[in-house]
Amino acid sequence: MDFTLSKEHAMAQQLFRDFAHREVEPLAQEVDEFHRFPRETVDKMARCGMLGIPFAKEYGGQGCDTLAYVLAVEEMAKVCGTTSVILSAHTSLGAGAIDRFGTADQKKKYLTPLATGEKLGAFALTEPEAGTDAAGQQTKAVLDGDEWVINGSKIFITNAGEADIYVVFAMTDKAQGTRGISAFIVEKGTPGFEFGLPEKKMGIRGSSTRELIFIDCRIPKENLLGREGKGFGVAMGTLDGGRIGIAAQALGLAEGALDKAVAYVKERKQFGRPIAKFQNTQFQLADMKCEIEATRWMVYHAAATKDAGQPYTVEAALAKLKAANVASDVTRRAVQLLGGYGYIQEYDVERMMRDAKITEIYEGTSEVQRMVISGALLK
Amino acid sequence: MSKEYQGVLTFAQQVDGEISGVSLELIGKARDLAHDLNTQVTALLLGSGVRPLAQTLVEYGADRVIVVDDKALATYTTEPYTQAMTDVINEYKPEIVLVGATAIGRDLGPRVAGRVHTGLTADCTKLEIEPETHAFHMTRPAFGGNLMATIICPEHRPQMATVRPGVMVREIRDAARQGEIVDFLWTAKENACYVQVEDVIKKVSKKIDIQAAKILVAGGRGVGSGENFQLLQDLADAIGGEVASSRAAVDAGWQEKDRQVGQTGKTVRPNLYFACGISGAIQHMAGMEESDYIVAINKDPDAPIFGVADVGIVGDLFKIVPKLTEEIRAYRQQQA
Amino acid sequence: MNIVVCIKQVPDTNEVRIDPVRGTLIREGVPTIMNPDDKAGLEAALRLKDEMGAKVSVISMGPMQADLVLREALAMGADEAYLVTDRAFGGADTWATSCTLAAAISKMDYDLIITGRQAIDGDTAQVGPEIAEHLQIPNISYAEAVRVEGDEVVVKRQYEDRYHTVRAKMPALLTALSELNDPRYMTPGGIFDAFREKTVTIWTRADVPVDDGNIGLNGSPTRVFRSFPKTVKAPGMKIEEGVDESVQFVMDKLREKYIL
Repeated sequence: MDFTLSKEHAMAQQLFRDFAHREVEPLAQEVDEFHRFPRETVDKMARCGMLGIPFAKEYGGQGCDTLAYVLAVEEMAKVCGTTSVILSAHTSLGAGAIDRFGTADQKKKYLTPLATGEKLGAFALTEPEAGTDAAGQQTKAVLDGDEWVINGSKIFITNAGEADIYVVFAMTDKAQGTRGISAFIVEKGTPGFEFGLPEKKMGIRGSSTRELIFIDCRIPKENLLGREGKGFGVAMGTLDGGRIGIAAQALGLAEGALDKAVAYVKERKQFGRPIAKFQNTQFQLADMKCEIEATRWMVYHAAATKDAGQPYTVEAALAKLKAANVASDVTRRAVQLLGGYGYIQEYDVERMMRDAKITEIYEGTSEVQRMVISGALLK
Repeated sequence: MSKEYQGVLTFAQQVDGEISGVSLELIGKARDLAHDLNTQVTALLLGSGVRPLAQTLVEYGADRVIVVDDKALATYTTEPYTQAMTDVINEYKPEIVLVGATAIGRDLGPRVAGRVHTGLTADCTKLEIEPETHAFHMTRPAFGGNLMATIICPEHRPQMATVRPGVMVREIRDAARQGEIVDFLWTAKENACYVQVEDVIKKVSKKIDIQAAKILVAGGRGVGSGENFQLLQDLADAIGGEVASSRAAVDAGWQEKDRQVGQTGKTVRPNLYFACGISGAIQHMAGMEESDYIVAINKDPDAPIFGVADVGIVGDLFKIVPKLTEEIRAYRQQQA
Repeated sequence: MNIVVCIKQVPDTNEVRIDPVRGTLIREGVPTIMNPDDKAGLEAALRLKDEMGAKVSVISMGPMQADLVLREALAMGADEAYLVTDRAFGGADTWATSCTLAAAISKMDYDLIITGRQAIDGDTAQVGPEIAEHLQIPNISYAEAVRVEGDEVVVKRQYEDRYHTVRAKMPALLTALSELNDPRYMTPGGIFDAFREKTVTIWTRADVPVDDGNIGLNGSPTRVFRSFPKTVKAPGMKIEEGVDESVQFVMDKLREKYIL
């Protein structure tokens, strides 16, 4: 069991770290303060292939693996929660769904521009009345000749308005319940497909979170993703991969906060010495580090399991549950260690704390992860 | 072999008929070396229509000036200059050759060293003759300036070194000094290594980038107003630096944000950093504490900035800065 | 068109620290990077490849671990990579290094050779022009911009206060400044391919047609007599004197430190 990164993974990690330091970090405060979607960063990521890391070269991807993708999300998250979720939602959810469930034609037509970064992706499952109870879909899709007609709305969709390609879930046969849900590919600009106003959020403020509104939105028959009635499986399967991405985001947020805390306590002097000399400070840092390291191996393990072609649902749930807890805890502790300065925007940790909270909620709340894990244990 | 090679030769760089300052500094240093070796200083002047400059080189300390005057040497290109210098070296066999580490010298030096098959040590900050062995010791920074190395060139001749401008000191000009001026007969031999200069374009404006500046004169709350920053600008102009600012001065509207040094501004590592009227809050120090040399001027003796300064002046910046500017201007005048 | 780019793996000298107790350089744990001027040279070559379909080969002389910097170059888009490595080459000064590299390059097809102006550890800026001298080709140093026109290269050559537009017939050698361009990032796919699909050709002593007398420590006209750390900063001096005395003190210190 080799716990070291291969040379190529290590070099990729260094690439992501350099990119994050030079292109992402300088914008992080501004993106958060002004709730600004960092379009220029997305373009830069596209130019160096970062929007297609785990996808086959055949479809314009980089031909790497989930672990490499996880390293990218982690490095982005260390400096900017917003950028890491833009990357994650696009890769794991939007593009990921098409990669896993699309036909060859759909992959050629939709996955390729997503993998090359020419277009940004999004995933629309959540509705005002269907969050954890995802099966309670009210958005409807009806087949009319050669077209599906979609009516309904989605809420809290990441990358909404900025993305070009959306994987949208809708009820095609209400009588069938969970087995009456289907998945569709919808392009921005399709008549009848509108966006609501951007939400103002606690954290990941630069991420574009909006409602999707469908009023008699007509899409070609060919845009059904996966088989009719199999949409719930598409959603759950895709979310398994998404959870690994979010776990990586949470891991990165915690690491970024720890780095800030360590740097600060070495400089900050009180009572005639750096506060790093006080045992409480030292023990806090030790606990934070311990939690981060435990998280790291759970996240990388989930990625490696997926890359080995093995079932990874439980591993992903374990990683996400743990990572989200650790992110919230470590970022909160970091704020406390920085004291008054920790509460000031300029010192970054308060943003990391606000950013961390969402990792316990989206792509399956921590409660959902517990359902998945206990479900597996009690089978 | 050591008897065969004698004398210290310096390359007297000139551009557009103007002798570069470093050429005079090299002669100054060469005089010290020649004294220790009991030999003479020769300056090599290459160009077209440059013979009148030879006397100036004598007045700055050259015992002899070898002039190679040819149209092929009018504008610097590598090959003709390399040929001329190589021919002179082969004829006169100097023991030591000094070249300025300029955009010209750092090109010419290695090409000549390659042609003559000898060692070249670059960017020397110290040149000495070891008293017992008479070995030529060339000391230079390495590892980005973190380490100093003393280099020797035991077997090969001449021993070549390049020196950056501003490192060595020129002698005082002596209009009465006499020296030998030799017109070296030479013809250019055009070959495959010749290039054509199609255009010479002089640079016009300078972009202000405090992170690129080698010297910064930074002001803080103590400067008091935007107008007062002119004092710092004067010092910066005199010493060849840029004005920078702490966050307090930017927030007060006295300076633009692109000049701000500190945690939320820029991190700078200039060779010299003046901190004027800056108290030294942690956020500011984080942005400049890696500067090579820090001079702080503040009227508060307990200001934290004194904790990182190499030289701390407790005093009134409104008196000290203008006086310092004056002194530096005078010093520069004297150098020119 | 064939372009050969010389690159060097160097310690990131920004990260080098002095041991405060022993006064020696702390080399362990210092990350290595591709020398910045060389990276600019590589980027210039890759842009020519993008524009005119050139083949870009990278070559480095160094220990086996320099393989990493060659992989980086492949990940950025270089086509072939060569590592010139042998104990016999160790301890070389710029003469021996340039002889060795020139000999290795003479085995390759080249229209343009690009080296960085200087390495951040050696800081000599000599190897490029010396390679050109050994190969007897023109060299244009301090290249700020490059374009190719037929069998000639046209270069914006930087000086302190001006620049020249210089035209030379290829084969020619250029030394690149880091101001020349903004090097591209590697791509993740490029990195994976660099390790999994591509090879770095290793050339040892036997593979390089160079004289014994011109390699390694023994082939070096210069050698290090002694090295020592820069004087560690003494705790700062603080003075509280009159204006004239204070100003004199500062002037003296600045002259002492060669800043003036």
